[in-house]
Amino acid sequence: MLIQQLINGLTIGSVYALVALGYTLAYGILGLINFAHGEVYMMGAFLSFALITFFKVNVFVAFIAAIVLCGLLGILIEFVAFRSIRNGARSSQLISAIGMSILLQNIAMLIWGSNTKPFAPVTEEHVIKLNQITISTMQIEIIITSFILMSLLYFLIYKTRIGIAMRATAQDSSMTSLMGINVNKIVSITFSIGSMLGGAAGILVALYYNSIVFNMGYTAGLKAFVAAVLGGIGNIPGTMIGGIILGLTESMGAVIISAKYKDAFAFIILILVLLFRPTGLFGKKEVEKV
Amino acid sequence: MKELELGRFKVNDKYNYLIAAIAIILFPFMIRNNYVLHISIVLGIYLILGVSLNIVTGVAGELDLGHAAFFGIGAYVSSLFAQNIFNNFWIGLLSAALISLVFGFILGIPSLRIRGDYLAIVTLGFNEIVRYVLLNWQSVTNGPMGIHSIKTPSIFGYSFNTKQALFYLIYALVLVTIILMSRISKSRFGRALVGIRENEIAALSMGINTGYYKIWAFAITAAFAGVAGSLFAHYMSFISPMNFTSNESILILCMVVLGGKGSLIGSIVGVSVLLLLPEILRSVSMYRMLIYGMVLIFMMVYRPNGFWPEKRIPRKI
Repeated sequence: MLIQQLINGLTIGSVYALVALGYTLAYGILGLINFAHGEVYMMGAFLSFALITFFKVNVFVAFIAAIVLCGLLGILIEFVAFRSIRNGARSSQLISAIGMSILLQNIAMLIWGSNTKPFAPVTEEHVIKLNQITISTMQIEIIITSFILMSLLYFLIYKTRIGIAMRATAQDSSMTSLMGINVNKIVSITFSIGSMLGGAAGILVALYYNSIVFNMGYTAGLKAFVAAVLGGIGNIPGTMIGGIILGLTESMGAVIISAKYKDAFAFIILILVLLFRPTGLFGKKEVEKV
Repeated sequence: MKELELGRFKVNDKYNYLIAAIAIILFPFMIRNNYVLHISIVLGIYLILGVSLNIVTGVAGELDLGHAAFFGIGAYVSSLFAQNIFNNFWIGLLSAALISLVFGFILGIPSLRIRGDYLAIVTLGFNEIVRYVLLNWQSVTNGPMGIHSIKTPSIFGYSFNTKQALFYLIYALVLVTIILMSRISKSRFGRALVGIRENEIAALSMGINTGYYKIWAFAITAAFAGVAGSLFAHYMSFISPMNFTSNESILILCMVVLGGKGSLIGSIVGVSVLLLLPEILRSVSMYRMLIYGMVLIFMMVYRPNGFWPEKRIPRKI
């Protein structure tokens, strides 16, 4: 039973980690909480749904296209909601992000309606049974896909020139622009990468639960944000671990303590961790200066 | 020492309060429409919420995304006490304020160690935890079904059972809250909070006990949210955990920031605009939340300091 929950937790945790990376990238580079990120996750699911059912596109082409569209959506979000208030007050960035989130949610609701829809099943689901543990092929696919995506991101950030530019912008954007790097472009790229990961996570979850609804981004976004803060927002490896920890805590807590409070565990863990480590598990300690 | 001026109007002006009081007294006589009265009563409740959140978010500068939790605690405490134990609205109201105050203290404690965005997410987490407790503690809160047929307030045998009477009751409390908040933000306490917002370390080195002030700011804010919750419960006569989600907290925060952080008039304007906007847009009901979202982005991009920004006169030495 515990091993079963471990696998379930790992599955959902790796999805949380994917979404959380979008928060962390945006936070790392601009220092703002992109509350509209959960909506990108929802859009990923809905765009692929639309491509498959209305435009009858091949399933895998649809997934790739939806992920790319999510990337473009990320660029658009940054351009509309954040670019001009990049150096503004934190609260106005927050409100702008919330406005964007409301906007996207309602666009989705107007286009696709407000009821829960089944997601077109693509791959037949096989179930592997080992003793009493059941693992669906979907779970394995989710875990593998997210690990591939996360390794790609890690490679991109730490091994390529664009990654260096992104890290430099995160450290000091005005200095980076003096070095001849187009900071606006780097910010756009960062947002599109984060949104692509978020969109991919949305598709994976839609496949896993086989249902999509226009407000699915809200809770998922909130939890992913918790995961990011748990690991130390702005820290990429920390965020990945934070997501997995969150997924495991939720599924283990549901068994050990009570399934009714499953969704509250995320927040209880968060508050406890922050009380003892105010910048998350792997966050850098910021020295405050006058 | 010259007093800090919060807002473009001198809010301490007695005449403004007098005008407001007269307007409140006349309003129900001029408006006979029940729907308009209902909206104005809800507006009153949100005014208490917004103006009190302004203390933590505007004056002390901490993003608080857990205001609806206290709103909910107040509503549940008040209706349970008034319904099951004391059978008296006023005791319910007071206990709602007190218990919310205690929870405000508890939420204030993390603010000693955690700051900025991390604190914002802790308050949001607190809101979610409170909601899950309300949902799952079925023996007391009746779970997702909520509590219904909560009695309307009464005093000395007179029952506030018409909308007009409730309007007067609620707006009397709104006026009291606004006066108190205006006094608080101009007092030594309020100035200490402004100091903390502007630069916490500098405030600390000036001898301000920042922890003490921050915790009290959270507690006072929470107590008023509890009062608003109590009024909401007894006005609506039905509450459920759905009324107190973190979405609600975010909405209240939007009102305060959109109005202009730190400014009392700003909060009033912000609450009024964001609460009335969906009502005005009812004719285009399909698109109203769409427009709402666009207004939020548009406002923040073109007027990041809100409708009515706090104006502070630089003090000359």
